Amino acid sequence: MDYVKLINCMRCGMCLPHCPTYKETFLETASPRGRVALVRKFQEGELVESEKFLEYVSLCLDCQACASACPCGVNAGELVAEFRCERKQEGGLSMMEDMILRKLVPHPDRLEVATAPLRLYQKTGLQKVVRSLGLLKVFPEALGRMEGLLPELPAAPLRQTIREVTPAQGEEKGTVGFFLGCVMSLIFSEASLATVQLLSSLGYKVITPKAQKCCGAPNMLGHDIDGLKEAARFNTDLFQSYELDFVVTDCGGCGAELKKYGHHLGGEEAATSFSAKTRDISEILASEAAGLAGKLKPLPIKVTYHDPCHIAHCQGIRSQPRALINMVPGIDFRELPEADACCGSAGTYNIEKPEMSDRVLSRKVQNIRKSGAEYLVTSNPGCLLQLKKALSEATPQVKVIHLTELLQMSLDA
Amino acid sequence: MENSFIKALTEIVGAQHTLSDPESLACYGYDSTPELQSRPGVVVLPGSTEEISKVMALCDQAGVRVTPRGSGTNLSGGSISFDAGVVLQTSRMNRILEIDEENLTATVETGVITSALHREVEAKGLFYPPDPGSMNISTMGGNVAENSGGLRGLKYGVTDDYVMGLRTVLADGELLKTGGKVVKDVAGYNLNQLLVSSEGTLGIFTEITVKLIPKPQTKKTMLVHFPQLEQAALTVSHIIAARIIPATLEFLDRVTIKCVEDYAHVGLPLDVDAVLLIEVDGHPAQVEEDAAGIRQICERHHCSFFQTAATAEEALKLATARRVALSALARMRPTTILEDATVPRSCIAPMVKLIQDTAKKYDLLIGTFGHAGDGNLHPTCLTDERNPDEIARAHKAFGEIFDATIAMGGTITGEHGGGVAKKKYLPKLVGESGLRVMRGIKGAFDPKGTLNPGKIF
Repeated sequence: MDYVKLINCMRCGMCLPHCPTYKETFLETASPRGRVALVRKFQEGELVESEKFLEYVSLCLDCQACASACPCGVNAGELVAEFRCERKQEGGLSMMEDMILRKLVPHPDRLEVATAPLRLYQKTGLQKVVRSLGLLKVFPEALGRMEGLLPELPAAPLRQTIREVTPAQGEEKGTVGFFLGCVMSLIFSEASLATVQLLSSLGYKVITPKAQKCCGAPNMLGHDIDGLKEAARFNTDLFQSYELDFVVTDCGGCGAELKKYGHHLGGEEAATSFSAKTRDISEILASEAAGLAGKLKPLPIKVTYHDPCHIAHCQGIRSQPRALINMVPGIDFRELPEADACCGSAGTYNIEKPEMSDRVLSRKVQNIRKSGAEYLVTSNPGCLLQLKKALSEATPQVKVIHLTELLQMSLDA
Repeated sequence: MENSFIKALTEIVGAQHTLSDPESLACYGYDSTPELQSRPGVVVLPGSTEEISKVMALCDQAGVRVTPRGSGTNLSGGSISFDAGVVLQTSRMNRILEIDEENLTATVETGVITSALHREVEAKGLFYPPDPGSMNISTMGGNVAENSGGLRGLKYGVTDDYVMGLRTVLADGELLKTGGKVVKDVAGYNLNQLLVSSEGTLGIFTEITVKLIPKPQTKKTMLVHFPQLEQAALTVSHIIAARIIPATLEFLDRVTIKCVEDYAHVGLPLDVDAVLLIEVDGHPAQVEEDAAGIRQICERHHCSFFQTAATAEEALKLATARRVALSALARMRPTTILEDATVPRSCIAPMVKLIQDTAKKYDLLIGTFGHAGDGNLHPTCLTDERNPDEIARAHKAFGEIFDATIAMGGTITGEHGGGVAKKKYLPKLVGESGLRVMRGIKGAFDPKGTLNPGKIF
């Protein structure tokens, strides 16, 4: 790790009010400034990697709200993740990690097979039986939480049903490659289908390469940097084999990772150009506002927007989704208090650190209630899973949808 | 720190709020002051006045020193424990207890974040003006202890202009109540004002009552460029001589302008000596008249550019240069030494000139920005803590700058406090009699020297 990145922190504390775990605990060790200090003192040999040390460092959600707030450009979230990756490289992957991160995640077909029993589990009504009998209480807690997060799955993953080439409607103004996130394809296929249709209706030919693999974000979460590099290499080469104006994704997590492929592959040209071409769907749609506005029909609903960390903090996209929502005629948009605060999903954090995740989530749910919205719009599958689950329990009248689903609703209204 | 003592603390505040692992102690060994670090022996986060009182009684009897801390944004080392004592963090006490619209006061617990109070009172059409740069995280207790200022000091004053009442725990755990909601109160010594800016050496505030004022109806923001520093400085003096008191009158020097432009690309010219950001607020008619007057004065002093924001959005854009000044400077080098030398308003031009000459003399990069309206400047040295030679030169340069400040009738610290960083300059400023009186006051409040030892003097 580059030592100068650590000493750039001037300890001003501007990150503290933006850090979800600091806001919950008021503890310096649970703040970005504290985490930078911990890693720095480890590097300087003043602290060792004790159990407490790891506990403090791993409490970070890596939401990077601290990076947005830092006056000197220090990204404490990223520094902590980088530190954990480095330590992992020394220690190596466990058998379980190797199985999930290397043998399952990078293979979409295996992932689809692995989730097929879940589809069956829901379709046969077994889920209802398990839930009503409270059988989950006898499962290990983590498994129970995972099951609880699962919304109703689509009939088939989008990757299996989407055509490789979706032609442009009307005059063709360009070609985009669609990067289909694993969770979007497996669980939120309707939103991704809406994404493809929106792009096509605006005159883009959409190519969805079937061979594409996971973006590598789960490897980063598992601190498996080699697995991440493999994913970056594969997807770069695949997408660069087409003539594309843009690579588009509707998954905040994928977008943030794809935009860093250039960095992950050491500034290599193809990967850098791939990253430069990557756009979140909201960026493309906002730049096509004139074409889109004429097609949208009134929706008299109250809407609020939750900024996914991977969209707002990692990609700096804040105004575009709001502008798109406000383009829908008749919509009553209400700004969400603390809109860009993490929802507590944070990759697998909600499974690994359930207690802190629930505290962060509960603050989000209270703010959503305060907004008085009927629809919560967001644009990242992790947030969708987390908030759908939480709101279905706490405030079932609030529906959680992806940004492109809202726009599709307005097109169809 | 002895286990039995830590156990006794645990019994008062709870195990969850008593920290003694090496990782926590390392993280409470710093605040926002560059270079200074020292690990405490233990950290406690009490949740009530009663708990603070019990902690103080225990420590005073055991002869263990206590350093109070809010969010740890102190810029003079005031919230660091240098003798491995107790750091007492007040953040858990963060309730706004009352906003009294009849008496125009707010009463808060000590750990309330300054900007949280702003939001609450402004929602009721009221105003609490002090707005230190760290207001999004600084605590009200910390603001009172340091007498924090901010951008609105010229027109609205600083924290001590708003403190009406305090509830304080003394070194031995006794409670002291001073002031209240009355505007007039001449009973006994004015202990309220004595406690403001005591930097945690006289007591620990637990509840604070502040004065509120009606929120100004409207404001107007202006950005002005000056090719010559002297003309910018004269403009500042002449605006005030014309009986116009802007809410904000901020200044950026040439080095800061260059850093801001490199970082934020806001369209500042690189060939000007100074940029002023001016804001007037109040009744719409008054605001119009003041803005017109300011424009005349700026033009008379050969400004090269004058822009008035037409909308709130534009105002925000104009203020960008000042808002990002510290960020833009801090990114230049790893270590940022931010000072707060303060001179009478009429000395702004010679002071800025002296800072620039001193930087040249010691071969340092110093950008100066700050509150020109009240003479409070922030010469900011951009350096690298790994370069001891450069750090030594920076300290020499600031020594000369503070000497000049005192000679001009100014002060060594306008809003950051003395802490440990400025204490060697204090004798020059207040003299032997000043120090004797201060020591006497300290002795009267805290005979054993339990509270925040080694700070101020």
